[in-house]
Amino acid sequence: MVEQLVFYVFAGFLIFAAAMVITVRNPVHAALFLVLAFFSSAGLWLLLEAEFLAIALVLVYVGAVMVLFLFVVMMLDINIAELREGFARYLPVAAVVALVMMIAIGTVVGPQNFGLDQVPAAASHAADYSNTRELGLALYGQYIWPFEIAAVVLLVAIIAAIALTLRATRQTKAPRPERQVQVRRADRVRLVKVEAERQS
Amino acid sequence: MLALADFLVIGAVLFCLSVAGIFINRKNVIVLLMCIELMLLAVNMNFIAFSHFNDDVAGQVFVFFILTVAAAEAAIGLAILVVLFRNRHSINVEDLDMMKG
Repeated sequence: MVEQLVFYVFAGFLIFAAAMVITVRNPVHAALFLVLAFFSSAGLWLLLEAEFLAIALVLVYVGAVMVLFLFVVMMLDINIAELREGFARYLPVAAVVALVMMIAIGTVVGPQNFGLDQVPAAASHAADYSNTRELGLALYGQYIWPFEIAAVVLLVAIIAAIALTLRATRQTKAPRPERQVQVRRADRVRLVKVEAERQS
Repeated sequence: MLALADFLVIGAVLFCLSVAGIFINRKNVIVLLMCIELMLLAVNMNFIAFSHFNDDVAGQVFVFFILTVAAAEAAIGLAILVVLFRNRHSINVEDLDMMKG
């Protein structure tokens, strides 16, 4: 079955990339493995007929967010060795927690509850089915207000990111009224006693 | 045939890996942010799998919103990180004890 082969290839890449993200030494390599993880999950989403979101994931995440990550990682001059302290110390704890969590989640979502017998496979859509059209109809119809709120969230993020990183020096020449009314006579006027000179 | 459980297990494995990543990379804020992105990806995977198998596009709408919020979160998180590095010259989590929490 071609579909299953594609699934296992992409799933393998995804798990491998995720494991590398959390274990590699260099943050730049971690960011690049995260890009691989996003690409392979975009492939999995294509299998699930979510074409628009698969492309949006590649464009938005790989194109924008991960470039931002790489930009910040390369801009900061960080000491990698110092940040690796405690890696081996916390490894057993992390492994135990992840294993217990995996068993707990696996007993819920495993094939015994969500297998093909319980949830039958969905019929594939016809060739002229447009995922983008359906998503757009839902997004601009029923979910129009959440969509507007999402736009506001992005606006707030833009303003917050700029406000946080802007240098404190003000470059504008605008007058500041609060300093204009606070000014005193002594700040501006200085009376100087000048000795009279006789014209000879 | 691929079952819903296959995709849910992939999501679960991804989520557990990112939780383990948060445990073992607890000094490095950048990798912590990457682990949070991986967690959101695992959740998105579940949403899309359920959306496909229930033939309901609402799950994909939610993924759209999660992507929006995740992008905003990454932008603000990295901005905070840059300001932090500018002030403290370190991104070690253990140096960030100004508030004595």
